[in-house]
Amino acid sequence: MKSSRTLREVYGRYWYKFSKNDLSIVGLACIAGVVLIALLAQWISPYPASAGLYVNFGNAGAAPSASHIFGTDQNGRDILSRVFFGFRYSLMLVAVVLSVTVAPGVVLGLVAGYYVNRWFSAVIMRLADIFVAVPPLLLALSVASVLTPSAINAMLAVSLAWWPWYTRLVYSSASSIRNEDFVRAAELVGASRWHIMFKEILPNNLGSVLTKVTLDCGWVILIGASLSFVGLGAQAPTPDLGTMIAEGSAYLPGQWWISIFPALAIVVVILGFNLLGDGINDMFASGVA
Amino acid sequence: MKSWTFAVKRLAYSGVSLLGLSILIFVIARVLPGDPARLALGPRAPQSVVEALRLQLHLNDPVYTQYFYWLRGIFTGDWGIALFTQRNVLIDVSDFLPATIELILFAAIIDLVIAVPLGLAAGRRANSIVDNGVRVLSYVGIAVPSFVVAILLQLFLGYGTHLFPLIGRISQNVVPPTQITGLYTLDALLTGNPGAFADSVWHLILPAFALALGPIAQEARIMRSSVVENLDKDFTLSEVSHGLPERTITFKYLMKPSLIPTITIYALDISAQIANAFLIETIFIWPGFSKYGLNAMLSKDLNAIVAVVMVAGVMFVIANILVDLVVGYLDPRIRLQRRTEE
Repeated sequence: MKSSRTLREVYGRYWYKFSKNDLSIVGLACIAGVVLIALLAQWISPYPASAGLYVNFGNAGAAPSASHIFGTDQNGRDILSRVFFGFRYSLMLVAVVLSVTVAPGVVLGLVAGYYVNRWFSAVIMRLADIFVAVPPLLLALSVASVLTPSAINAMLAVSLAWWPWYTRLVYSSASSIRNEDFVRAAELVGASRWHIMFKEILPNNLGSVLTKVTLDCGWVILIGASLSFVGLGAQAPTPDLGTMIAEGSAYLPGQWWISIFPALAIVVVILGFNLLGDGINDMFASGVA
Repeated sequence: MKSWTFAVKRLAYSGVSLLGLSILIFVIARVLPGDPARLALGPRAPQSVVEALRLQLHLNDPVYTQYFYWLRGIFTGDWGIALFTQRNVLIDVSDFLPATIELILFAAIIDLVIAVPLGLAAGRRANSIVDNGVRVLSYVGIAVPSFVVAILLQLFLGYGTHLFPLIGRISQNVVPPTQITGLYTLDALLTGNPGAFADSVWHLILPAFALALGPIAQEARIMRSSVVENLDKDFTLSEVSHGLPERTITFKYLMKPSLIPTITIYALDISAQIANAFLIETIFIWPGFSKYGLNAMLSKDLNAIVAVVMVAGVMFVIANILVDLVVGYLDPRIRLQRRTEE
């Protein structure tokens, strides 16, 4: 980045590239809306009590109406309110999984890539190979199953399946960037290893890591929902979209709203993250700065 | 022949990864609180019986000794007893695996047959109706989880119109074909049983399509973009200037190079289906390996869980090696590159 260009101009260019595609804006709007709803769930839900152990069998399985826009479930709880609170759990899953996996995954990849000929580089990468030897969903399912099913253990299980992808991504580019002239130059003038790894090599990977993070948000939600769908995620009465779909599917086709509205909600979140991710990908695709 | 040595090398390499994975799952499973022997016998069994079973299962030995016994069992055919079926896990797996293989193969065929022509048409005619359709489909395929697709298919095509059966592999009034491979459709063909063949295909369509939709979207999108890329290449330009018919260019010269990235992703998707099948088989009550695996997981049956993960891992490895071979066939340059690397 040249210093003659102000930061404001650089951000302006990024925003211009991002906003050129209408779909990116739609994605941004979806995610902003979902985050807002999740944060304000307590205040904007029509029936906040429905998020908990509340039951009202007198009004169980009521069809969508003016008072219950998405209808009520088998326990008489308002589905719209539960969907609002369900967003909370989905976003929390994403936040926890990515915040505990991205940083260690990236650092391990950076170390393994820079010291590509040393023994610990091989150890790190073979370790990563073990975790990608089966599909991530299967690894998460099996780890979650040997632990006690709960929201926290589901997060742990998904995290275990997630970090190696970042390690591999950063490793492959770091191991080639280390041979570039600017890295050699930094080595020659006696820059420390930490400086070279974090100030010289890492900035060249930030774009691809950030793109992967946004695209992964959708994937993490999908895998988390799959875990809860089979009963290995958050347990009742936590309002979780995957669990709601699974429980509601027993009432198909008569009371379709119990499972279909949570399903639509999950589609909106995943779609939003994917559109947003594509937009960020385009933004970094060819250098702007 | 070189590509075979490459495959063998990959196989050995992946074997080491799988061994590592088995250690991981084994250790997680064994260090957790809870006594497998007590779990197997139930809360009312006398302590002496539990102790006897613990001795028999080597549960009093250190974890690494237990692992060694387990590993020896894997190679000698003693995969341990699945507590919820009370049978050797190996027998269970060989009983349930064919149904899942059949489902995944069907999904794979549906995927290829729909995605490749769709991507080809979309790439050849950019911004046409087909192209926009593929674009919408690709977002739908990514954003709608397979278990939601399955529920929607059941709702509209199963309950709503009764066009397709809701659950199972074959109708109750149809006798399953004599078992040869365990794949009902193949067995029905081999034994000349058109009724059973039609019935099992009819049962396969919804679950296979639910599995395939996501991959179809992905493959169609990749096929499209690689067709668009190859349209700009010099070889296409020279074919056009030589006056070759459009059909020949599309199907003979454009399709093959465009298939390479598509096939690579295709194989990854197919090999990951073993995990997605966990959900689809549950929804369609498909008596397969994935449903078995899920039952094992829900009842915390360690022998069965480890075995299921290992078998899935082996299938994942085989699919990936097959892909390398196919891609090497499609693109001689990759074959040559591997040769020089060795």
